[in-house]
Amino acid sequence: MQKVEFPEPMVCDAPNDMAKKESIFANVKYMVVGIMFGIVFVKAEIISWFRIQEMFRLQSFHMYGVIGSAVIVGMLSVYLIKKFNIKTLSGETVQFHPKKFNRGQIFGGLMFGLGWAITGACPGPLFAQIGSGYVVVIATLLSAIAGTWTYGLLRDKLPH
Amino acid sequence: MDFLELVRRPWPWYVAGPLIGLTVPTLLLIGNKSFGISSSLRHICAACIPANISFFNYDWKKEIWNLVFVFGIFIGGILATNFLANPNDLVLSPDTVADLKALGIKDFAGLMPTDLFEVSNLFTLKGFIFFIVGGFLVGFGTRWAGGCTSGHAIMGLSTLQWPSLIATCCFMIGGFTMTHLLLPYIFNLF
Repeated sequence: MQKVEFPEPMVCDAPNDMAKKESIFANVKYMVVGIMFGIVFVKAEIISWFRIQEMFRLQSFHMYGVIGSAVIVGMLSVYLIKKFNIKTLSGETVQFHPKKFNRGQIFGGLMFGLGWAITGACPGPLFAQIGSGYVVVIATLLSAIAGTWTYGLLRDKLPH
Repeated sequence: MDFLELVRRPWPWYVAGPLIGLTVPTLLLIGNKSFGISSSLRHICAACIPANISFFNYDWKKEIWNLVFVFGIFIGGILATNFLANPNDLVLSPDTVADLKALGIKDFAGLMPTDLFEVSNLFTLKGFIFFIVGGFLVGFGTRWAGGCTSGHAIMGLSTLQWPSLIATCCFMIGGFTMTHLLLPYIFNLF
């Protein structure tokens, strides 16, 4: 398949910037990180519909603490990577992508927020909810995939 | 108290938050990957139903790490629930319990209310709103915004991107609007 270079708003939000080609086996390490992440999601009850309701009702600090401390640790790590020019395991320079503002971040952001408060899940927790045995969330996931697909279909007609 | 018992208890925010934050440098350093989860939904579209839409016409195989990562989240959910589950009921703010009781939620034992998240609700109006409409809004909105809580709120804010701050604020405004203005009407339908 031909590689398509996207104009800025189309750029993937989680790109693979590794220049070296990775074997299928190398992907195991991302699965391990995913497993750890999924365990944290469940154990900190971030996947709970109730916790999301608590957050939007401002009745608990829990979710704000989780997101706030995650951002602080993330910021500090990125600062250190940049400051000391820390290289990846395969010796490459870490790539960062400046995000450009477009109106999609407002319209799409509001839409996402409306959905977040109904489903009690952003995309990550959807996968962990299904793993936790809430099989009906498969319907939510399929619908989210359909939503993403519909966005792709209508993309040119939407304000950005 | 032994270690396993400690792990089985709900983890406080100051443990979970930093662990989630550490995902950012971990993914960057093990393979130059930017943290983001909603991209996986786009890769699934690109892999399964590209339908000649230019937005889905790219080399998704290069991004397969992202699908492996979300598969890991699914496995993590299985492991945590089957081997590390909290034996006690969820401890929820009494105010939230009172608010949700007023909306008609009766079951507060697990992570999710069985009043809503039952398979038997799937083909009812309740299921249509909570799974189909909700999921669609999440999937459409996150792509339109160019990321979700992970790509914008965590990765975007960690790299000091102001568009991500706008997106994060809009996520919250949308959530507050749904919770306080729309959910009371929605729960009135059943």
